[in-house]
Amino acid sequence: MQFGIFTVGDVTTDPTTGRTPTEHERIKNTVAIALKAEEVGLDVFATGEHHNPPFVPSSPTTLLGHIAARTENLILSTSTTLITTNDPVKIAEDYATLQHLADGRVDLMMGRGNTGPVYPWFGQDIRQGIPLAIENYALLHKLWREDVVDWEGKFRSALQGFTSTPRPLDGVPPFVWHGSIRSPEIAEQAAYYGDGFFANHIFWPKQHTEKMVRLYRQRYAHYGHGTPEQAIVGLGGQVFVRKNSQDAVREFRPYFDNAPVYGHGPSLEEFTRETPLTVGSPQEIIERTLSFRDYVGDYQRQLFLVDHAGLPLKTVLEQLDILGEEVVPVLRKEFANLRPAGVPETAPLHPAVTRTTQEV
Amino acid sequence: MQTLKLVAVSAGLSAPSSTRLLADRLLQAARYRLAEQEYAVDVEVVELRDLAVDIAKNFVTGFPSAALEEAVEKVTSADGVIAVTPVFTASYSGLFKSFFDLVDPSALTGTPVLIGATGGTARHSLVLDHALRPLFAYLRASVSPTAVYAASEDWGSGGDEYTEGLPARITRAGNEFADTVAARPARRTDDEEIVPFEKQLADLRLD
Repeated sequence: MQFGIFTVGDVTTDPTTGRTPTEHERIKNTVAIALKAEEVGLDVFATGEHHNPPFVPSSPTTLLGHIAARTENLILSTSTTLITTNDPVKIAEDYATLQHLADGRVDLMMGRGNTGPVYPWFGQDIRQGIPLAIENYALLHKLWREDVVDWEGKFRSALQGFTSTPRPLDGVPPFVWHGSIRSPEIAEQAAYYGDGFFANHIFWPKQHTEKMVRLYRQRYAHYGHGTPEQAIVGLGGQVFVRKNSQDAVREFRPYFDNAPVYGHGPSLEEFTRETPLTVGSPQEIIERTLSFRDYVGDYQRQLFLVDHAGLPLKTVLEQLDILGEEVVPVLRKEFANLRPAGVPETAPLHPAVTRTTQEV
Repeated sequence: MQTLKLVAVSAGLSAPSSTRLLADRLLQAARYRLAEQEYAVDVEVVELRDLAVDIAKNFVTGFPSAALEEAVEKVTSADGVIAVTPVFTASYSGLFKSFFDLVDPSALTGTPVLIGATGGTARHSLVLDHALRPLFAYLRASVSPTAVYAASEDWGSGGDEYTEGLPARITRAGNEFADTVAARPARRTDDEEIVPFEKQLADLRLD
């Protein structure tokens, strides 16, 4: 199983100090966080994509390319890549290039984005969100698999005799996840292609995740990619960990109470009860995370959100130390013991990565 | 015979509340009418006051608490809905609107809805037709022609030679609503809908 972190890339005032990092600091801190993830033995770093303040990651492959050059083993991914408003041709080119530079350590997650104005800013219509996701991905899928593409669709100018360069590394395209909170069409899309399905799992109670993953697994088998249990599932999660539970709660509460998106609403206690957010000791994080398996089955990737809501860099790095030392090693072992034979341990890795792993 | 499920939504804030009283009376009227036709009827009342904090939190977090989700589910799965609000500042109350803001816009399509409102004076009675009726028209509900407005004075007076009193209006509205509920075909069970991917592609002419 793969463990990692995903970032939204928000520039948020630290509510305990009133200090707001500059964009420059936030970008550099993001790199420091990714490097730390590799140092402590995590497998994946994924960045969001946003095109409006207060977010910095508008250019994910620039960021990931830089991180690729400074890491050896970390898999670089996205959370999510906007399949609705990016030109699929540009996604094909950018991520194929990244794949070469990172020697195959790349996969990506498709998402529709939920910021209304981004659609018109990029010349699209939010009401066409699902059709855009379907058509654009159909093109991206083709561009990475066919050397010469003829294409006509509804949303983009036609392509005749087009070759997307560079071709994917060794002819193997990056593995793709499709992320969604509650759109069955997207679970269906992931199942159709035999791609991975990633449930955001943060802002919604677990019932949504359970339902979507169940649907994806059934349809994955329906399309003949394997048994429902063999489908490739990833989950988000959100944790704040300290040696003892009370310290974790005390320290995280002001960040929670003022967090963008869910702050100024329910109490920390209610939110941890109703969503997968876990604030506590390493043992509590371990138990809660293992319990996700009860409703999604054996899954292949767990990403944690650890760096949002204005948490200072120092705190985030300490979080990663604890995750790397005390949480993830236990989770790896426990999940491995529970996983039946025949269920993939991870999402498919690029052959170049598998080769490197075998050489070590 | 199938059991019909009627759910009343009351946005009254005080206890006892005249809004709740009107909701109960409308529910009772509809139930009698259906019972006469030998339908089994289940009735339930959703009190929005109890859900006010959960409703506000849903706006902030984007997801409902278990109690709110259950209430929304009751309303959207009902065979008929009675929706009653007090008049606040010339319209339905903010709480009433907030609750229906959290109902999926297609979840009440075709559902028979009886609307009612209460207020201190009869001068606000058109709120039924300029506020509540358009709201449920937007939701594509099947709104009963007769809606009931109860001003404070209605609870203590009968009709006059020109107008019926409150009980007669309640009965007429309850009967109309009940007949719509009875005439409506049984609801299909709401299974997970899957549009097969080939169909999604075909809709875009990509296959």
